[in-house]
Amino acid sequence: MLNVKNIHTYYGLSHILFDVSLTVSEGEVVGLLGRNGAGKSTTMRSIMGLTPPKEGTITFKGEDVTGKKPFLLVRDGMGYVPDDRRVFADLTVDDNLEIAYQKSKEWNKERIYTIFPALTYMKTRRAGNLSGGEQQMLTIARALMNGPDLLLLDEPTEGLAPLIVRDLEEQILKLKDAGISILLSEQNVRSALRMISRAYVIDEGAIRFSGTVAELEANEEVKKKYLMV
Amino acid sequence: MDFIYSFISPGFLSQILVGLSRTVILFIVASGLSLILGVLRIPNVFHGSLYMIGAFMSYTISVAFGGGDTGFWLALIGAPIGVALISLVIERGLFQYLYEREHLMLILFTFAISLVFGDLVKLVWGAEYKSVPVPQVFQGFVSLFGGLPFPKYNTFLLFMGPVVAFALWLLVTKTKMGKISQAAAVDREMVGAVGINVSWVFATVFVIGCLLAGLGGALVAPTVSVTLGMDHSLIMEGFLIVIIGGLGNIWGALLGALIFGLTQSLGILIWPQFGIVFPYCAVIVVLLIRPTGLLKSTW
Ligand SMILES: Nc1ncnc2c1ncn2[C@@H]1O[C@H](COP(=O)(O)OP(=O)(O)O)[C@@H](O)[C@H]1O
Ligand SMILES: [Mg+2]
Repeated sequence: MLNVKNIHTYYGLSHILFDVSLTVSEGEVVGLLGRNGAGKSTTMRSIMGLTPPKEGTITFKGEDVTGKKPFLLVRDGMGYVPDDRRVFADLTVDDNLEIAYQKSKEWNKERIYTIFPALTYMKTRRAGNLSGGEQQMLTIARALMNGPDLLLLDEPTEGLAPLIVRDLEEQILKLKDAGISILLSEQNVRSALRMISRAYVIDEGAIRFSGTVAELEANEEVKKKYLMV
Repeated sequence: MDFIYSFISPGFLSQILVGLSRTVILFIVASGLSLILGVLRIPNVFHGSLYMIGAFMSYTISVAFGGGDTGFWLALIGAPIGVALISLVIERGLFQYLYEREHLMLILFTFAISLVFGDLVKLVWGAEYKSVPVPQVFQGFVSLFGGLPFPKYNTFLLFMGPVVAFALWLLVTKTKMGKISQAAAVDREMVGAVGINVSWVFATVFVIGCLLAGLGGALVAPTVSVTLGMDHSLIMEGFLIVIIGGLGNIWGALLGALIFGLTQSLGILIWPQFGIVFPYCAVIVVLLIRPTGLLKSTW
């Protein structure tokens, strides 16, 4: 599904990602774990084409999409949920969903509202007035309106209360059951481990570990050094 | 006593109506400027040139059809469309590559284009005054409450103001394009990341904004002498209106235009020699009280 190969990404002159490689296969939920500032969001932005890598290649569904524009990647089937939520604050919940609608895909508002019934009750509310958890739900729902085959979920649980985190985990697992592949970035390792089957650990812009959840659980050194658990 | 009487006299009322018809033109032009400023973040200095070109085009079209009623209506439709086409070419040919540049660059750039337009207009239409005839249906006067005459054409302008405001309201709040442009005004990157081709959204908004400049020019043409330089004063007023109203806020443009138009016409009544100074004083007062403009800015 997704193959990121040896990418180097910069913000202006500062070199942030060093030779990052990772893959996500069809139907998989893969974790990208690391502490604050490790380079998770930059990796997501590189894949989404928002901050294209200077070197390396990104292959999506067999096509080289390095440097492709974000809106075209969405049409190819990539969905993006940014870490800072970024709902369209002045629009209503319903309009946030409507403008993300892609005619060619089989996702529509009705289907979204059955997956996130809570959103039904706030359709006409201004997105900027929702709580953090509600906004997070909305950004995921908005990305689903794009009808993605691969979802890039950047720290969805950040800043949410534990109870809401549990809800969100369940919803993310539902997406997996719907056949969507997911790259999930998290600092909250305990929460991530409940959803993913494989993980990459990133630190200071480089991949430090890759393996299955069982392998990660067994690797005390990586856990202590990069994940603080 | 005389002074107080002047405030309730028919002269005062008709002066308000004259101010309101001026407001309509200012609003139509400023709302386009504000739309472009709010969504594309471009302070479009040649917006005034497009207003001037709209007026000249309406002269040409009107003359081409014999200067009668048909000519007027065709000009009213054709001139804004002509201006819109020019702006489409500029946007696709130049601007779409410049959105990421700094504001200073964009101001200088649009200023340069306004100079080019000034010369082009001189080349095409010459330096003489042109006048566009008022169509038959709007010739003459209606009599107001006190029997005071009020030009029929200005009543038409008073009617056009709410029509344009309503159309803009529909466009911005009810259409998908309007909603997308509201979102793009605040976070264009995220709009692209949900699958929308922001480039075409910008082109559309730009063209609609410029079309409003052309419409303003076409509407004003029968009431003024169409001439080189009519862009200068208007672009100044346009920016001031947008600033006191709140950058990017269309209702702010309406409010700003009202303040500008009314203080101008009432200023003339109160102190004829210095009437022109009043709107600028109003701008200063507004900015002292609310430096970011009266309504919420999208910046
Ligand atoms: N817009 C930016 N400009 C410059 N540096 C940035 C920018 N965004 C993030 N960085 C830097 O890049 C590094 C990685 O950040 P990020 O990818 O956001 O980490 P994470 O998402 O894992 O917390 C950090 O050192 C951060 O300071
Ligand atoms: Mg981050």
